Amino acid sequence: MSKTPGAPTVSTLADLFGAAYQIEIDAVERYAMLADQMEIHNNPEMVDVFRDLARAEGIHAEEIRRQAGAIDVVAQARRIGKWTKGESPEEVDLAAAHYMMTPWHALQMALAGEKRAVAFFTHIAETAKDQKVVQMAAEFVEEETEHVNLVHRLLRKYPAPPESWRQDLDPPISQE
Amino acid sequence: MEELIVTPDTQLACKPSDYRSDLKPVWCPGCGDYHVLMAFTRAFAQLAVPAEQIAVISGIGCSSRIPAYTNCYGFHGVHGRSLALASGLKVTRPDLTVVVASGDGDGYSIGGNHFLHACRRNIDMTYVVMDNRVYGMTKGQPSPTTEPDFDTAISPGGTGLSPFHPLVNALASGANFIARCFAGEPNETAAILVEAIRHPGFSFVEILSPCVTYRPDQKQWKDLVHPAPVAATNDPAKAARRIMTDDGFNIGILYRGERRPYQPKFQPQSLDPSVLEQEFEI
Amino acid sequence: MTEVENLSIAIVGSGGAGALTSGNLLLEAATAAGWYGLLTRTVGPQIRGGEAAALIRLASRPVECLADRFDLLIGIDWLNANRFGAEIEVGPHSLVISDPRGGDLPDFVKNSGARVVEIPMKEMAKSILEGRPNMIALGIVAKLVGLNQEVFTALIEKRLAEKGQVASQGSRLALQAGVAAAAAVQFDRRLAPAVAGKKRWLVSGNETTGFGAIRGGVRFAAAYPITPASEILEWLAPRLAKVGGVLLQAEDELASINMIIGASFGGTPALTATSGPGLSLMIEALGLATAAEIPIVVVDVMRGGPSTGIPTKSEQADLNIAIYGFHGDAPHLVLAPQSVGDCLFTTQWATYLAEALQAPAIVLSDQFLGQTVAAIERPADVAFIGERIRHTGSEAPYQRYALAANGISPMAIPGMRGAQYTAEGLTHSERGTPTSGAAEHRLQLDKRRDKLEQFTFGDHWATLEGTGDVAVVTWGSLTGAAREAIELAGRDGIAVRLVAPRLLLPVQNARFTAALDGVKRLLVVEQSHSGQFYRYLRAHYDLPGETRVLHRPGPFPIRPSEIHQAIAEWRS
Repeated sequence: MSKTPGAPTVSTLADLFGAAYQIEIDAVERYAMLADQMEIHNNPEMVDVFRDLARAEGIHAEEIRRQAGAIDVVAQARRIGKWTKGESPEEVDLAAAHYMMTPWHALQMALAGEKRAVAFFTHIAETAKDQKVVQMAAEFVEEETEHVNLVHRLLRKYPAPPESWRQDLDPPISQE
Repeated sequence: MEELIVTPDTQLACKPSDYRSDLKPVWCPGCGDYHVLMAFTRAFAQLAVPAEQIAVISGIGCSSRIPAYTNCYGFHGVHGRSLALASGLKVTRPDLTVVVASGDGDGYSIGGNHFLHACRRNIDMTYVVMDNRVYGMTKGQPSPTTEPDFDTAISPGGTGLSPFHPLVNALASGANFIARCFAGEPNETAAILVEAIRHPGFSFVEILSPCVTYRPDQKQWKDLVHPAPVAATNDPAKAARRIMTDDGFNIGILYRGERRPYQPKFQPQSLDPSVLEQEFEI
Repeated sequence: MTEVENLSIAIVGSGGAGALTSGNLLLEAATAAGWYGLLTRTVGPQIRGGEAAALIRLASRPVECLADRFDLLIGIDWLNANRFGAEIEVGPHSLVISDPRGGDLPDFVKNSGARVVEIPMKEMAKSILEGRPNMIALGIVAKLVGLNQEVFTALIEKRLAEKGQVASQGSRLALQAGVAAAAAVQFDRRLAPAVAGKKRWLVSGNETTGFGAIRGGVRFAAAYPITPASEILEWLAPRLAKVGGVLLQAEDELASINMIIGASFGGTPALTATSGPGLSLMIEALGLATAAEIPIVVVDVMRGGPSTGIPTKSEQADLNIAIYGFHGDAPHLVLAPQSVGDCLFTTQWATYLAEALQAPAIVLSDQFLGQTVAAIERPADVAFIGERIRHTGSEAPYQRYALAANGISPMAIPGMRGAQYTAEGLTHSERGTPTSGAAEHRLQLDKRRDKLEQFTFGDHWATLEGTGDVAVVTWGSLTGAAREAIELAGRDGIAVRLVAPRLLLPVQNARFTAALDGVKRLLVVEQSHSGQFYRYLRAHYDLPGETRVLHRPGPFPIRPSEIHQAIAEWRS
């Protein structure tokens, strides 16, 4: 990935909520994309995993909307828009997908995403000038840290797959 | 920073999802082309051109599947001829935004001749080549940009041939805008696509787009790409020196030319036969 | 002095002598004076300075082919003229004008029994400032044929104006000198006067092809030059611009065929023109136009084949590739014009049909039609203008390849909101999404076949003339020769029908059978080595009675007398 982070500048509470909401809806979209890919590539277990992750992110988005109170997070997210360099923290790495991937892989992706979110909000909490922003950012850090822990717990349920996880005895097909 | 743009004529806010069709791509999970599709839709949204005013023209190959995954008009043509299709279209429909999608095989091998002449002709369009240095659709043969020592069934031990330099050839042939992008950076790519589409004349954007199935080694690309050390130039000689000596992973706009685009006057009228008949009359 | 219906003149010369220019001027002058006629030419392989012969037939009514023999042969010089022996038949009835300093008489003249008169054209020209031997020759012909000098004066002014006053003066004086020199030469034939009153054009088949395209609605052409089709594209370039259209020169035929598909996808009727080798290159994209249902017109001006073949000569051997050349099952349109004038109608009709049926149309013209200059009656105006059925936006979601009773799906044009689709060469569903399903494949194959087979093509599908239990079945440029042969047979008391299909694909089975009802003897006439047309007829139609085939490859067109002989011989 590019070395320069291209995150939007967050100075006000509106910025913060906009960014937080954008992060979640980007994540919903990303997991939905992956669910579609798994559907086309006949990995039903992963379809469920990614749809579950998308749903979870959707719930997070709703929570942020509630926390925002009077701030219109939808409008603020629109204003913030897509990250200009790199992607938003929870847009998990599409390049890491594989048609035979297992839940463990998805959780590794999610884990990395949640950690990036922690880092994003931590940076704001440490550098923002507005106290309200610092406080709110710290709350987001806590929430994202909770997500990280959740993923860790899930990972205990899904072990790392054996080396043969990507072994497909069939050769690739020439299509055109 | 990107904003959601409300256009006076559409009265709609343009979101990238407006430019996505409901078709689920058949690309392998992990394919760089998913990122390219995102870059396309994000760029179109930023340009706020209505989807029906955009035509995505392609040839044959994995990358050429992209038109039907957008909500724009599309043409999935035959192997190597997308630039010709696009040229005929744009000359007769200058009102449309024409984007041509190709891959390293479709674009640089069978499409090579059309590539040179499209650069030379400088019709206003944007040519996006998703380069994964392999023929993905047909099981992994070397392409013109494949490294000489890449072992394949059809060329055991590698071809031994120097790879084709698409950016150098584009510059030499007269392309008016040259950029290199990396699929793994869809937002940066989207921003460059916006500039490429806005830039008049023939804009060429090569996107390094890893092939997860036949080139797993390309996972390294994300660590090899880096922003171009200097800003784009409008001096072809400078651009030539830079492009010929770069490491192939310089990301960014490398050349912005100032040639006038080729667009002959086209305002078809009905014919009063006598206009053309007189020259035959005895 | 005998009055004849037509007179054939050949002017031969080399090394920049200007034989072809004289031939052109002769035809122009004769037609300006009221006659009909045509001009073809035959040349050596050099780009300049080669041996050349202008072959002219002048007539009191429209003619569509050369005659069997020449009445008059002028040799400005005889260098390498032996190559023309097979094409220029002279005999005891012919008059040959020869320059004593023009080299040895070619064998085909020496052995012919023709009367040879020597006139020192080169020497005469030398004594005139900017005098040229070909103008002397032209003056000689004018006198012998009975053409007024004044007709020439205006013409020479027009044609040579850009070369300067002295040049055109020199040419006029040379012409006069030629006229004077011919005063003493006996020539016993005079052309009967033409029937006056009809509006006439002097035009080549390539020009009428271009005009037919524009009349049919073509406003975009892509061009890659190839002999003998380049003139179509050169004619179109400025004239398309005149009607607000455009011609784009392409880097190769692969580009030109795809460019016209792109333009048509965008809503503009589009055309390209090529010859056999170019058509071979275009076949893949023609299949794309068929599968994606995009109207286009491709004119193939057939030349000698196979491969590079004989680029400057005519043949009718691209029938196979035009009809059967596409991979997969790809029904499409194939048409063939029958005369210089018919190139206009057929190209216009082809454009109309391609648009109506959303399919590619191949127009099989040939070098003979394309490069022959003829005086013809002005073709009638016809109301065929290409206009595809457009999607109006009423039903959503839009299905580009929706099944329809007549097989034709309304076409959305880029820019129309809510109808976005991707045109597709892969087998597709009604929506246009790629599929490999059996049902959808079959449905779309049926649709593309049925839309052509169900269409009402009307009477233009073929030329049907005459009655009788003998029929000549032919196509393309041989239609004119067949018609003359049938006239000759008629004078012998043999009634012969002429059946010449203009629409070769889709096959018009029922109508063909009806046209041959009562026929006991079928003579198939065609210009191909393997009998491509005969095999096409055998493959698709029921042929009644007995069939004989008169076929040979190029380079020389089958003449009326050969066809007449074949008819006459077949009486038992």
